[in-house]
Amino acid sequence: MERETSRRAFLQAAAAGLGLGAVITVAPADATPAAMEDAVRKVVGSSRVSKGRVKLELPPLSENGNTVPLTVSVESPMTPADHVRAIHVFTELNPQPDVVSFRFGPRAGRASVSTRIRLANTQTVTAIAELSDGSFWSASAAVVVTLAACLEDA
Amino acid sequence: MANALVNVPPRARRGEIIEIKTLISHPMETGYRRSQLGTPIPRDIIRLFVCTYNGTEIFRAELHPAIAANPFFVFSTVATESGTLAFQWTGDNGFSATESAAITVD
Repeated sequence: MERETSRRAFLQAAAAGLGLGAVITVAPADATPAAMEDAVRKVVGSSRVSKGRVKLELPPLSENGNTVPLTVSVESPMTPADHVRAIHVFTELNPQPDVVSFRFGPRAGRASVSTRIRLANTQTVTAIAELSDGSFWSASAAVVVTLAACLEDA
Repeated sequence: MANALVNVPPRARRGEIIEIKTLISHPMETGYRRSQLGTPIPRDIIRLFVCTYNGTEIFRAELHPAIAANPFFVFSTVATESGTLAFQWTGDNGFSATESAAITVD
């Protein structure tokens, strides 16, 4: 009897934890490690992050994790009233979740940036765009990495 | 001294969106690697890249160790007036590099 209650209590606590998790996670379907969660929280604060509007292009398979081409773009008219303020890129399994933060304004004309990043593992990369109206949008892409960065020499 | 390469179209029509490419030679040492003797190699990265167009900031990137060696960026801007695009990279160990390119807008 006692065991029954404690298990129920445990399950309730777990369910509550899950519910809370669903509210704060960016991509509830992905098992995002806590470090990335914290890094994302630092950027977005208490705002809600919605899926969509952001296009994240990465090769699905990368032979060398030391240099992986990345292009991120956001559909936006880029006018003073409606533009993209920033795009932040995060990874789940690199030693540090932050990859890069781009900041621009209506002068950019187009919210599109390309660069090359390092990936320490086969993992999911997430890009979060901050719009001038204060909303946040995200996109994720999975990359399979054959040669990991950070461990082997380039 | 660091080698920086920038690619800006020399001429553009007013209001046209131009693409800018920049590349700089830098090892972007992550700080997570160890030497053959097992001692950690200290971090040495570029932390900030800023592009200004006639003194107005148009693009900024905050870099972390996850940016590949020899940071490369492609971004765009609206050609508003003739003038100079200035690029600046700053980082660990007092690293600083600048480059500029002129643009004529008809």
